[in-house]
Amino acid sequence: MPAKLKWGVLDAIVVVFALVPVLWIVSLSFKTTATLTDGNFIPREWTLDNYRTIFQTDQFVRALINSIGIALISTFIAVVLGTMAAYAISRLDFPGKGLLVGVSLLIAMFPQVSLVSPLFDIERRTGLFDTWPGLILPYITFALPLAIYTLSAFFKQIPWDLEKAAKMDGATQGEAFRKVIAPLAAPGVFTTAILVFIFCWNDFLFAISLTSTEQSRTVPVALSFFTGASQFEDPTGAISAAAVVITIPIIIFVLFFQKRIVAGLTSGAVKG
Amino acid sequence: MADIVLDKVTKAYPDGTTAVHGIDLEIADGEFIILVGPSGCGKSTTLNMIAGLEDITSGELRIAGERVNDKAPKDRDIAMVFQSYALYPNMTVRENMAFPLKLAKLPKADIDKKVNDAAKVLELTDYLDRKPANLSGGQRQRVAMGRAIVRNPKAFLMDEPLSNLDAKLRVQMRTQVSRLQKQLATTTVYVTHDQTEAMTLGDRVVVMRAGRIQQVGDPQTLYDNPVNLFVAGFIGSPSMNFLPAAVEENTLRTPLGDLPLGDRMQRMLAAGDAPRELVLGIRPEHFEDAGLIEEAQRPRGFEFTAPVDLVESMGSDKYVYFTVEGEGPAAADLEDLAADAGGADLPEQGGLVTRLSAESRVREGADARVWLNLDKIHLFDPSDGRNITLHEGRAAGVSAS
Repeated sequence: MPAKLKWGVLDAIVVVFALVPVLWIVSLSFKTTATLTDGNFIPREWTLDNYRTIFQTDQFVRALINSIGIALISTFIAVVLGTMAAYAISRLDFPGKGLLVGVSLLIAMFPQVSLVSPLFDIERRTGLFDTWPGLILPYITFALPLAIYTLSAFFKQIPWDLEKAAKMDGATQGEAFRKVIAPLAAPGVFTTAILVFIFCWNDFLFAISLTSTEQSRTVPVALSFFTGASQFEDPTGAISAAAVVITIPIIIFVLFFQKRIVAGLTSGAVKG
Repeated sequence: MADIVLDKVTKAYPDGTTAVHGIDLEIADGEFIILVGPSGCGKSTTLNMIAGLEDITSGELRIAGERVNDKAPKDRDIAMVFQSYALYPNMTVRENMAFPLKLAKLPKADIDKKVNDAAKVLELTDYLDRKPANLSGGQRQRVAMGRAIVRNPKAFLMDEPLSNLDAKLRVQMRTQVSRLQKQLATTTVYVTHDQTEAMTLGDRVVVMRAGRIQQVGDPQTLYDNPVNLFVAGFIGSPSMNFLPAAVEENTLRTPLGDLPLGDRMQRMLAAGDAPRELVLGIRPEHFEDAGLIEEAQRPRGFEFTAPVDLVESMGSDKYVYFTVEGEGPAAADLEDLAADAGGADLPEQGGLVTRLSAESRVREGADARVWLNLDKIHLFDPSDGRNITLHEGRAAGVSAS
């Protein structure tokens, strides 16, 4: 019992530590401007004004569309390419395999900030600056190593015998992948998709450096450009509301795919 | 139904290692053949080449008379049971067994009938809607068998299908596999490293070592007339005892005493190139408590006295371990065997394992008088492991005239 209690307390501390800042932002988003700094955790006066404000500004709605579009497209491309690359890495022995793995690791470790200035110059010359592809491309670059690493770990867990068995059962290479490997790799693909989506969704550095107008500005950047009605007004409430709003897609995304991430789906394939 | 012919089939890898050296083997239609050997002997590679999962470097593979070297596994019409079972975890037992039939685009009604029939044979009817994760090891193994038999293929390939089961279940499944194969009369190639499985299951056994076939024959022939030291040591449990022996005039000097040599052996050993140092091989059951030997039989053997190290009573008979003075025999084959067995299955150097009648009164720590059957002993050339007591393919012992 004492051991259980200890763990319970420890869990509680972790949960509180993680949730307090989030709840704080939620609380701020429901406060009126007057009570914003009153120091109460639970708002004295509840208001939806902040939410109304942000959805009334074109700026935010447009940024939300940009964010969703850019993150979804990047995620899709990165996961498709990553799946193919990871499958090859985990199953085949081809020349340059070590190089591919090494380079993708290198990219993952490369400090992104050092790439911002060259990318800025390149994108301005090629006309990609301040466009969706201008953000999608670097996102894919940095999401791919993540996708390849996560997915190849998943593919390696799938016993090779299953493919051999499928081939012996009369399947072509394509059928073996589609009917046997793909269903088993699905949890891995969804996990990867979530990770990549969150990475793209949260990015601030590239988004602020490679955009200049509402045309392609994503939400994290748009937030930083929020102003109050006058320059003396503090937009804290509106920013909090926006922060809450942009967290919601992530939560939906995770909850939606969580059902499909069934741990231990491969159990039973081979001797346990 | 088909015969399988391997004609000088070789497997070499790009890094220069050769796993299989030009194997010639003819497997008759309906035959149950076992490939057996220590790990790394090329038996699984051979099986994978028959399956089409590995390319054949050179030589020819014919199934039902047709060259299939370049055919994809799916076009060879053979089914395989994997050591790991390789069940599709996302499918139920029914779907697993129906998978090959679905790929073959059979009508739904046919598929159902075949799956149900196979399930009945394998006693899986109650489990058809379960996922593999909810089955026991033995049930999973049967599903793997079921997936192979529903198709009624030309041949079955089995890659150590029982090695993941616990000992008792393995014995049960062994008889089931044997019965199933007889019932279906489908050509079967079965790979194992377990010599007991090899002896009990196969019509014929192929002993392999380092990518080469050592001997092919029915289990009893292999047991009685091994062509070399490796086969002699690999087949049989407990394994054959090996002792050093030196030829001197008309006798064979061994740690057990001087054994008399028959005329035939003398003539053979008198030849110029015959080795003087030999390895003597005696199976445990060819010893007997000297007190239990009938008088008429006594002259056919040799008696010696040795200190008893350990007695294991099995009920039906007794395993008695003796200490033997001197060093063990030296031969490369024996080192291979010891390495494969991890040194555990083979008698310790200088030790002797005998299987005596249950009535034997030998006691641990005391000396015992032991009789050994001279007709049943083998002599091997230590340089190449060849069995020199073989006469027209049959082991004749050393005392034959």
